[in-house]
Parts: sequence; C-alpha cells; structure tokens
Amino acid sequence: MIKTLTNGILKENPTLRLVLGTCPTLAVTTVASNGLGMGIAATLVLIGSNAAISLLRNIIPEKVRIPAYITIIAGFATIIQMLVKAFAPALDESLGIFLPLITVNCIIFGRAEMYASKNGVLASVLDAIGMGIGFTAALVAMGSIRELIGVGTLFGMTVTKGAIEPMLIMILPPGGFFVFGVLVALANKLSGKEAEISGCGACGAAPFCHVAKEAAKTGVEAGKGGGNG
Amino acid sequence: MITSLLSILVAAILTDNFILSKFLGICPFLGISKKLDTAVGMSVAVTFVMVLATAVTWPIKTYILSPFGLDYLQTIVFILVIAVLVQLVEITLKKYIKPLYQALGVYLPLITTNCAVLGVTLLNVTQKTMAESFLNSLVNSLGAGLGFMMAMVMFSGVRERVNAADVPRAVKGLPITLIAASIVALSLLGFAGLTQGLFGA
Repeated sequence: MIKTLTNGILKENPTLRLVLGTCPTLAVTTVASNGLGMGIAATLVLIGSNAAISLLRNIIPEKVRIPAYITIIAGFATIIQMLVKAFAPALDESLGIFLPLITVNCIIFGRAEMYASKNGVLASVLDAIGMGIGFTAALVAMGSIRELIGVGTLFGMTVTKGAIEPMLIMILPPGGFFVFGVLVALANKLSGKEAEISGCGACGAAPFCHVAKEAAKTGVEAGKGGGNG
Repeated sequence: MITSLLSILVAAILTDNFILSKFLGICPFLGISKKLDTAVGMSVAVTFVMVLATAVTWPIKTYILSPFGLDYLQTIVFILVIAVLVQLVEITLKKYIKPLYQALGVYLPLITTNCAVLGVTLLNVTQKTMAESFLNSLVNSLGAGLGFMMAMVMFSGVRERVNAADVPRAVKGLPITLIAASIVALSLLGFAGLTQGLFGA
C-alpha cells in the first residue's frame, strides 16, 4: 500500500520520469506559488477522477470508455475551476486557461486508463495521491528555480533580489524549456537511466492511438518525448 | 478590418506562438517532430481541427451557453464537441477523401486530447478581441495552427542536427531536445513588439 503511494513520487514521477503533462509544467511554473497551486488543483482532479473511474470500472462498457473518462475528468476539472475561482481568484487569474486544460492533462487520463480502470477504489486513490504529490513536487521545484533566478524571490519573499541581478529570461518561455531540460537530465543522472521516454508508450492515449499501435507493430519508436495532451 | 485580422494572424503565428510562447501542444512538439513529414502531417491535421472546432464551439458558447447562464459547462461541452468532431472528421475522410485520410488519419486520434485544440477554443471565448467577433476567432485559430506548423517544421530541422551531435550521456534524448527547444524559443522572442510596429497598437 505504501508502495502504491510512493511509486508516483520518485520511481514513476509523472513529470520527470514518465514525462507526462508537459504543457502545464512549462507554462505555469514562472513562480513557485503558481506551480504549487497548479499541482494541488491537478491532484484534486486526479483523486476525484481516479476514485470515480475505479468505482465505475465494471459499469462503463469497454468500447465507450474513452469518452466516458473524458467526461468524468472534465466534470472534476470544472468543479475545481469553480472552487479556485471562488476561493483563490488570484490563482485563477495567473493560471488562466491552464486550469480548464487540466481536463486534457495526460497524467490524469493516463492514470485512469492504466491504473484506476483495473484497480480498486482505495488503491486508485492512493495512486492518485502519490502521482499528485510527484507532479506537485516537480512543479514547485521548477517554479522555485525559475522564480529564484528570474526574479530573485521565492514564494514571493525576497531572497537574492538586490544582491544578484535577476535574469528575466528564466521566467520567459525559453527559461521554462531550459530548466525542464536540466531537471530531466538531473533525474536521468541520479537514477542512472534515461527517462522512460518510450514516446507514445507512456501516453495515456496510447491504447487507442494508431501511431502507438504502428510503432508497437513495427518495433520502431514513434518518437521520443512526452505523450500527448 | 483587414489590418486587424492580419495583426491577429501575425500575432498568433509569431509573437504568441502556441508552442514556443504559450506552451500549448508541447507533447506532439516533443513527440512527433522527429521527422519532417510527420511534423507537417500532424500540423496540417491540428490546424484543420482547430479552425473547425472554433467554428463549432464559438457559436455554441455565444448563442447557447452564455444566454442561458450555462457558462460553467464550457469545458465539458468543448471537450466533447472536439472529441465528436475528430471522430466525424475521421469517418468522413475515410469514406470520401481517401488520400487525405491516408495522410492525416493516423494523427487524428491524437488530437482529441491535445491541449492546443482545447486551448485555442477556450482562448477564443475568453480573450476580448476574439470573443467579440466570430471572424477574429477563426483567424486566430488559423494563425495558431500555422504557428504550430512553423514551430514543428523549424524544430524538426533542429532535431536532426541535435540527434547527430555527441552530447554527455545524462542529457541525451529528452534533455538536450528541451535545451534545443529553449534556444528556438529564444529566437522567437526577437519578434516581440512586431505586431505593434507593423499594424500600430
């Protein structure tokens, strides 16, 4: 049980090891607090959708499972969006469309397809919590690095501002790609093996995607990199 | 009129490039930009679905959801419309336009869960200039698609070079690709302020 929980935090960290959900990872991590907010929002959606899908796993017919999952996830994403709008309007403002875009975050879809549809409720919720913590931790790490170098603050508190000239480029798009690249390289180095960028294999959409099927058939990698979404 | 449309188009392609400055559609950008032909095929399919999805979701939001106070259903409705639309496009192409299906068919299922498509439809109903006019929204979607294509094509060229380079073991594969993407994104910063300069504020 503990293993299910910790699996997502280190061994299968969704962001740095499975390379899923790259869009919000790059987009919202200009400051650490945004990363934290996004991570918590996505975790809540993930817990809700994993629990619901796990409960419904014997009821949803195999053939229409994809639209059913998408609807369930979109429902939870909407609930979270409304909650954030009501209780943390500043966060809603800074996350912008990335809040509704949690719907197409492939971490959530991937866990629904790979885990929740095959396991019980408790295990699915634990898996969701572990994956959520892993995602949040990666986002906070990235946000902290970018904020510290780019603005000279950490969670809004002045750290190096004044002493070291902030490098604005870090909070601009190129800085996002760069810091993410360095973090993945670090994770590769520490774990001693390359991130599982089996291309489409890691993506939640793989089971119903022609590109991945072709790749599996011919044994050719469909392309290195993240999944989809 | 024409100037404002052109400025939306140029902004969507260059200054607010969907992949390199808005971070939407990163996964296909990293996943299928390895070869030029797949990059072009995917981009054409994305552009097509983006414009089509906007043509359907914008009227739904403006004439059905907003008047009846159902704005909170926006995300669910949009993602379902996109999913259905992608299926319809796939079936139609398969039946009537075989060559196009063979070229684009494999990319279509990937597009349903592509955040660039849901992203552009959501932006088109939230940004003021787009929400006001249907035509602006369509042009913005077209520009977003073309910008997506430009980034994919440009990056597939960069990637062929990067793959041939001898880099340290730890940064091999994804990390060096991301660092290369960072430099490509840096080059697009040079276009900042271009639209104001060309078309006035």
